[in-house]
Amino acid sequence: MTWKQVFISSVGKKLVMGLTGIFLILFLIVHAGLNACIWANDGGEMFLHAAHFMGGNWVPRILEIGLFVGFILHIYQGYLLTVENRKKRSVGYAVAYSDGSKWYSRSMGLLGTLILLFLIMHMSHFWFPNRSNQGFLLGPEINLYEKMKTEFSVLWVVIVYVIGCISLAYHLAHGFQSAFKTLGVHNKKYNKMLVSIGYGFSVIVPLVFAMMPISFYFKWIQ
Amino acid sequence: MEHYHMNLNLKVWRQKNNQSKGEFKLYRVENISSEMSFLEMFDVLNEQLIRDGEDPVTFDHDCREGICGACSMYINGKPHGPWQANTTCQLHMRAFKDGDTIVVEPWRANAFPVIKDLMVDRSAFDRIIQAGGYISVNTGNAVDGNALPIEKDKADSSFAAAMCIGCGACVAACKNSSAMLFLSAKVSHLALLPQGAPERKTRVMNMVAQMDKEGFGACTNTGACEATCPKEISISNIARLNQEYLMASLTAE
Repeated sequence: MTWKQVFISSVGKKLVMGLTGIFLILFLIVHAGLNACIWANDGGEMFLHAAHFMGGNWVPRILEIGLFVGFILHIYQGYLLTVENRKKRSVGYAVAYSDGSKWYSRSMGLLGTLILLFLIMHMSHFWFPNRSNQGFLLGPEINLYEKMKTEFSVLWVVIVYVIGCISLAYHLAHGFQSAFKTLGVHNKKYNKMLVSIGYGFSVIVPLVFAMMPISFYFKWIQ
Repeated sequence: MEHYHMNLNLKVWRQKNNQSKGEFKLYRVENISSEMSFLEMFDVLNEQLIRDGEDPVTFDHDCREGICGACSMYINGKPHGPWQANTTCQLHMRAFKDGDTIVVEPWRANAFPVIKDLMVDRSAFDRIIQAGGYISVNTGNAVDGNALPIEKDKADSSFAAAMCIGCGACVAACKNSSAMLFLSAKVSHLALLPQGAPERKTRVMNMVAQMDKEGFGACTNTGACEATCPKEISISNIARLNQEYLMASLTAE
């Protein structure tokens, strides 16, 4: 069996989703951890140090390319799977079967789209202005702490960010445990553990992210 | 439980053949006993239709004991109807009450084309089995069943997977029309036993390839299949199948 045959099979496509999903989950931990520096409440000093390392050093900048590849594969394969799977039932049911599965496990395409829309807005707030200011290399960065303060002083922006985080929470509630099942974890004790960690992760991490715009809006941090 | 009689309204999918466009037809059946099975209620409807000079409703059935996997109705939005771990033939009319309207549809998946009314072509499952759901045995006299020691837990897990009757309810329930629960039961059943070891890698690769060829969707682990399965096949079999496939793809030539 060639690698191509593996990755175009239905199980292989899911493997790509699972592997990139776990990679993006790891990214979320790094992102949430670094951004949590805003709560040092030191006028952004610690946060700007961290931001400078991530934006002004070659190593994270090269890793960033890997991150983009992960995002693109996950998004592309996700849409491909959603569209292909839909085509497998030309005539739908008059009465839908909704008791057997959670709504968010059936709505990964929709939740992913909401996250993608949020991601475009989020990057246009921070990533694009910062990188274009740097000439997309290691040039001078903008003050991201001040930028956060400005963006998150607008109520509708804060609301959209919170909606983005809720979409992420439900996406993770299914995605986290599903990714490990796709990788073949069928051992009962590990599965039980991963399901619990998955629910915990899908609440805690999006909550940490949502608290960032909220903290700025209510001026809990200066 | 008290015995009672009921009058019911049925909304049944009628489709002449694979080429024609089907539609729902409304029927009324009266004086149905709560002790009848769902298929017996359909027998009553069909006798009524024959008396009226109409075409009776075509549906699959064989043993009517819940073990053959032939019956296949999607009743009120769930394959095999409202009861858990149950086939349509074992669904009894005490699950309904007088005046109920029951919507009956065929399994809907492009890989299971409608032959007529509620009967669908499930031969895709047979071709998946042919692709690898077998073991090699030596010719000559049959080997004693106890000659090969097998750990009790493994034998039990294998047997639990082998409970699959191939009815296709998992495909009907899945939003992706995926056959992964069926396939995973068949792969797990043999992967857990020493008898399945010789073809272990080729089995999973060939069966997955055949499943894709038949036009079933990809699994997204929603769990609808497990919830509706009349034989309560565990979704953990799907994770085992994924592992079998991953290991085979990493190590096969």
